[in-house]
Amino acid sequence: MNKRVLLDCRHVWKLYGANAETLLANGRKPDADALAEANVIGAVRDVNVQIHQGEIFVIMGLSGSGKSTLVRCLSRLVEPTAGEIQFEGRDLLRASEEELIEIRRKKMGMVFQQFALMPHLTVLENVAFPLEIQGVDRATRCESAQKVIELVGLKGRENYYPRELSGGQQQRVGIARSLVVEPDLWFLDEPFSALDPLIRREMQDEFIRLQNMLRKTIVFITHDFDEAIRLADRIAVMKDGMIEQIATPEDLVQNPATEYVADFTRHVARAKVIRAQSRMEPATAERFAGEVAHDATIEAIADEVERADAPMKVVKDGEVIGQITARAVIDVLVGRG
Amino acid sequence: MQTPLRHITRGRLFWLGLFALTWLLSHYSFQLYKLLDARWIIRFPKALQLKLDTAISDFLNWLVNDAHLGLLTFRDLTRSIASLIEMPYQFLRNLLIEGFQSGLGDSAVQIAPSLSWIAVIATVVAIAHYARDLGLALLVGGCFLYLAVFGQWDSAMITLASVLVAVPIGAAGGLGLGIIAYRHTWFDKLLRPILDLMQTVPVFAYLVPILILFGFGPVAALVATVIYAMPPMIRVTILALKSVPEELVEAGRMMGVTRRQMTWKVLVPTAIPTLMVGVNQVIMLTLNMVIIASMIGAGGLGFDVLASLRKLDIGGGIEAGLAIVVMAIALDRSSQAFSERRMPHPRTGSWLQRHPWTTTVALIVLGTFLLGQVAPAVQSYPDVLKISTGAVWSDAMEWINVNFFDTLETIKTALLKALLLPVKKFFTGIPWLWGIIAVGLIAGRVAGWKLGFMAALMMLFIAASGLWGEAMVTLYLCGVSVFVAILIGTPLGIWAAQKPRAGRIILGVMDTLQTLPSFVYLIPVVMLFRVGDFSAMIAVVLYALAPAVRYAAHGIREVPPQLLEAGRMAGCTPAQLLWRVKLPLATPQLLLGLNQTIMLALSMLVITALVGTRDLGQEVYIALTKANAGQGIVAGLSVAVIAIIADRIVHALSDNQKRRLGL
Repeated sequence: MNKRVLLDCRHVWKLYGANAETLLANGRKPDADALAEANVIGAVRDVNVQIHQGEIFVIMGLSGSGKSTLVRCLSRLVEPTAGEIQFEGRDLLRASEEELIEIRRKKMGMVFQQFALMPHLTVLENVAFPLEIQGVDRATRCESAQKVIELVGLKGRENYYPRELSGGQQQRVGIARSLVVEPDLWFLDEPFSALDPLIRREMQDEFIRLQNMLRKTIVFITHDFDEAIRLADRIAVMKDGMIEQIATPEDLVQNPATEYVADFTRHVARAKVIRAQSRMEPATAERFAGEVAHDATIEAIADEVERADAPMKVVKDGEVIGQITARAVIDVLVGRG
Repeated sequence: MQTPLRHITRGRLFWLGLFALTWLLSHYSFQLYKLLDARWIIRFPKALQLKLDTAISDFLNWLVNDAHLGLLTFRDLTRSIASLIEMPYQFLRNLLIEGFQSGLGDSAVQIAPSLSWIAVIATVVAIAHYARDLGLALLVGGCFLYLAVFGQWDSAMITLASVLVAVPIGAAGGLGLGIIAYRHTWFDKLLRPILDLMQTVPVFAYLVPILILFGFGPVAALVATVIYAMPPMIRVTILALKSVPEELVEAGRMMGVTRRQMTWKVLVPTAIPTLMVGVNQVIMLTLNMVIIASMIGAGGLGFDVLASLRKLDIGGGIEAGLAIVVMAIALDRSSQAFSERRMPHPRTGSWLQRHPWTTTVALIVLGTFLLGQVAPAVQSYPDVLKISTGAVWSDAMEWINVNFFDTLETIKTALLKALLLPVKKFFTGIPWLWGIIAVGLIAGRVAGWKLGFMAALMMLFIAASGLWGEAMVTLYLCGVSVFVAILIGTPLGIWAAQKPRAGRIILGVMDTLQTLPSFVYLIPVVMLFRVGDFSAMIAVVLYALAPAVRYAAHGIREVPPQLLEAGRMAGCTPAQLLWRVKLPLATPQLLLGLNQTIMLALSMLVITALVGTRDLGQEVYIALTKANAGQGIVAGLSVAVIAIIADRIVHALSDNQKRRLGL
C-alpha cells in the first residue's frame, strides 16, 4: 500500500443549516447531539480518505448516509464547510473558478445515477459534448467520441437519441461521455442503481472489463453491499455522515470494526470474498492434489479443493506459500470461524 | 332537541352574522344617511380623496414634455424604440401584403410585389409539416385558404405581421429576463410582484400611458402587445430552467462548463420543450392583444371587428370574428406542435434531398413571383372567387331576432329580475366603510389577520380614489358571472371526468374556446342581446367557463383509485361515490378552478366596457378614449386590487382544504 495518493481528503465536513461555520470554528468537532441542538444537519462529518492511484475505492452507505454529498465534496460540486482536499498535490478547495473548470475539463470524469444525458443530443453528440465545451474542433471530437463509443460497445447507435435507448445503454453513453476526456480520476455516483438486477450484473462485468483495460483511479458510490464487494479494492462504509470503517472487502468481512458494519457483512456469501491465502496453513502435506492462486476466492476453488483427496498448494508468484484443505474450504462455506 | 342546533358552529355563526349585517346595512344605507344626515355614509368624503390620478397624469406629461436623460429627452427615447419596432413591422407588412416601393405617395414605384397568397400558404404548410405531420399541415393550410377565400386575407396579413413582430420580441425578452431571474435571486424577488401585478392589471389600463408615450398607431399597439405577452414567458422560463434535473447541471459542471456554456449549452437546450409552451402562450396572448390594441391603432382583423361593432354591422363582425378564430386555431395548433416535437434523425443525401420542404417552398415563392407578373390571380386571390358570408350572417341574425326576439327578451328579463338586479342592489348599497371592514373580516377569517388588514387597506385605496361605486358594480358583475360560470362549468367538468368520450369533446371545445381572443366573445352576444349588463355577463361567462370545467374534470380524475375502490367496497352507489368521495377530495382543485375563473372574469369584464357596463372597466375605457393616463391607471389598479384580494382568499381556502384532507 505504498502507492501514490491521488486524492487526499482530511477532516472534511459538510453541515447544512444556519451558523454551520461557527460550530466548526477553531477546529471543534461537534458530535451528533451538538448538531441536533443547533438545528444543523451533518451530511458529512470529519471524513478522512486517501484515494490511491489506480484503485477502485467504493463508498458504501444507505440512503441518507452522506455518501452522495461526500463524493460531491470530493469533486467540489458541493462546497465543504470545513476540511482540506488535495488533488495531485494541489489544494482543490483553494482552486479558483477558472482552475476548477480546467481541472474538471482535463482530469475528472463523473457518471450519474440517472445518466444525466442531454435529451436533445444524439449518442455521438452527447459523448463528444465535453470536448465541444473545450472548443475542440468537430472532426477531432467526433473521432475521439467514436473511439469510446466502440469501447463501451455502442457502435452502430451513434445517431440514436437517449430516449431511444434502454437504461443500460444510456448508462453506457454516460460512461463513454465521462471517459472521452481521458480523466485521471473517475467518479461514479451509483451508476447502476437505476438499472434492473440482470442488467446491473452485466454492467458490473462491463465495468470490470473496462477497468482492466484502463486502470483508472476510481471513486465509486453504491448502496449495494454486494456490488461494493464485487468491485472494490477498498471499501469505506458510511453511516450518518461518518465513515465507520475503511478496509479491503476481505478485511471488512473478517474483521468488521463496528456492529453496523457487522450487520452488513453477516449475510454476505463469505466464499465470494475470502481468498485462499487467508485460510491456508503451512505446507506440511506429503502429497498435493494440485495448486491454487493465493488471491483466488474460496468460491472459485471450492469445488476443486473439496473434491481432491489431498490438500492443494497455495502459490504466489510461482512459489508455494502454504496449503489449503477441503476442511478449511468447508468451514468458510458453512460459515464457521 | 340538540339536533337542529348541532350544525350551527361558531364558524357558521360568523359567516351568517356577517352576511346578515351586510345585508341590513346595504338595504337601509340610504335611510341611514337620511336619518343621520351623514352623506359620508354612502359617499367617500370628497375632501379626503386621493389625487393619485392627477399626479400620475402630471408625471406622464412631465415625462413626455420635459424629462431629460442626459442629452436625450425622454421623447427621443420613446421615438427610437418606436422606430426600432417600426422597421421590422413595416418590412413584414411590405413582405406580406403591401409590396416594396421606393419613393413616396404618387411617385412611388413598386420594386417588388409582396409574397403571393399561394407562397404564404405554402410557407405555413411547410412550417406545420416540420412541426408535426401532414395532418397539421393540411389543417393550417386550410385555415389560411379560408382567409383567402372568404376575403379576409388583407386584414389577416396585417394582424399576422403584428404577431410576427411582437412574438420574437416577447419571447426573447421573456427568455432573457427569465434567465437573469434564474441566475440572480434578487432580480427574481424584484420581478415577482411586478409579474403578479401585470397579470391582474387589465390590459386597457396600460394602453393609456403607452398611447401617450408612443402616440396612436401600430407601434403603440405593438409595444402594448409585447408588454402584455411577455410576463408568462418570464414565468415559464424560470420554471423551465428550475426543472432541469439537478444531475444534468452537475454533469455540466463536472465537464467544466463556463457560466455562459451552462446557460446556452445545458440549461436552455434541455428546457426547450417547456420553453415552447411559453412561446405558445406568448403567441396566443399576442394575438389576443393585437386584436384589442386595434383601439389604439393596430389595424387588421381587430380593427374590422371593432369597426363592425361600432356600426352594428352584424355580418362584417361575424366574418372578421370567424377569421380571428381560424387564425387563432392555426397559430395555436402549430405552436403547440413545436412544444411536443421531438428531434428527428437527420436526413442524408445532398442538400436538396435533406431539405425537400425548404426547396419546394423556395420554388413556389419564386414561381408565383414570376407568374404573378403576368397572372394577377397568382399574386393575390381573385376577387371574383371570394365568397362573402356577411349577408348570410346578417340574414341569419335578423331571422333569429325576428323569430326569437320574444324568447330571448323573456330570458333576459327573467334573469335580470331574478338574479342580476337584486345582486346589484345588494352590492351597490353597501356603505363604503362597512365594505372595507367586511372585506378585511372575510380575508382575515380565511387567510389570517395580516392579509385581512392588507385587504382592508387595499379596499380603502379604492374608496379613497372615489371609485367605490364602480368597484361594487365590478364585484357584482364579476360575482354573478363567476357564479353562473361555476354553475355551468362544474357539472360539465364532472361529466367530462366520468365519461371519457364526452370528456374528449367537452375538453376539446374548452381548449378551442380558450384560444380565442377575448374580443371575439362580444360579437354574438351583442348581436343577440344588444348592450348592457346582461350581455356583459354572457360574454364573461363564455370567456371564463373553460377553467371551471377543466379544473373540475382534473380534480375528479385525480382522486386516488384506491379511495374509489374503498368507496365501492363499502357499498357506495355511484351518486354516493360522487358526493361523498370524489367531490370532497376534489375541492382543492375546484377552488383553484374558481380562482382562475375569477381572474379570467375580471380581465374579460374590462373588455365588456365596450358593451356599456358601468364598472371599473368602463372607467378605464373612458380614460382610454380621453387619453387620461392617471384615471386609467388608478381604475386599472383598483381592478388589480380586487383580483389580488380574491386570489389570496381563494388560494387560502384551497390550502386550508388541502391541509384538512392531508394532501
